[in-house]
Amino acid sequence: MKELALHLLDIAENSVAANAKNITITVLLDTEQDLLQMSIKDDGKGMNAERLIRITDPFVTSRTTRKVGLGIPLFKAAAESCCGSFDIQSTPGVGTLVTARFQNSHIDRMPLGDLKSTLISLLIGYPDVHWVLKYGVNGNIFEFDDAPIKKELEGISLTDPGVLGFLNDYIASGIENAQAAIA
Amino acid sequence: MSKVKSLADLKRVREEALKKQEAKNTASRIQIVIGMGTVGIVAGARETLKAILDFIAKEDLQDIAVRQTSNIGMDSWEPIVQVIVDDEPGISYGKVTAEVARKIMKEHVIDGNIVKEYVIEIQ
Repeated sequence: MKELALHLLDIAENSVAANAKNITITVLLDTEQDLLQMSIKDDGKGMNAERLIRITDPFVTSRTTRKVGLGIPLFKAAAESCCGSFDIQSTPGVGTLVTARFQNSHIDRMPLGDLKSTLISLLIGYPDVHWVLKYGVNGNIFEFDDAPIKKELEGISLTDPGVLGFLNDYIASGIENAQAAIA
Repeated sequence: MSKVKSLADLKRVREEALKKQEAKNTASRIQIVIGMGTVGIVAGARETLKAILDFIAKEDLQDIAVRQTSNIGMDSWEPIVQVIVDDEPGISYGKVTAEVARKIMKEHVIDGNIVKEYVIEIQ
């Protein structure tokens, strides 16, 4: 993968597969501490301790079409190659929290990439999930919550051309405003 | 700082969408399904989806439902996009880059002609 935003998309897909109804993606950059931290929190079916230990093994997957799962091992490797850390907390029936930390200035840290496209892919792809994105740069936070938007739309599809245009502009300006903290 | 769009803007968007809906009075007619498993994502599925959504917005296309699916076990053909028109069999396309996606949107979704060279499966 070329972007951290693609990893976020991939891990969030796991949350959807675990039947999560509420998924929150958090990306926090703190340049003072030289730390980029990202997490995906869901209320999906979770994993037991035994499975949790083995989940970072590429030969573990819940998929039935193929016996190899690379999403989590790839994300873990991306963090650990940047003096970072990776951890998963999970409780069966409660949910899962995946957290990755990166040394922001590390030469091997891949770019954050297109966070907007990642979010829009998830919103459109899984309209029944309640999505929240928190993106913060040095405490300057953009919080996106799709609940008020869906409420306002009242049955108009997210793939309506006008709605797509709105989502694009709304998310792009939110991300841009958060980034203004280090501009 | 750029001006942040607000929910008030969304109200206008909704009113316009409703007007168009009344004018057309049709339910979702075309379904587009894109594979977004790890392999699909690495192969560029997010950019493919973005191209499809940008096309819908740019061409002002109504009645198109877009959804995702996870890995379907045809890794070497990713990104995979399926187009389903009404009750017709679904057409699966393989190796759908953003450019191919725009071609499928124009030729299949708008003009109704299957883009044969990228078809991998008909269901």
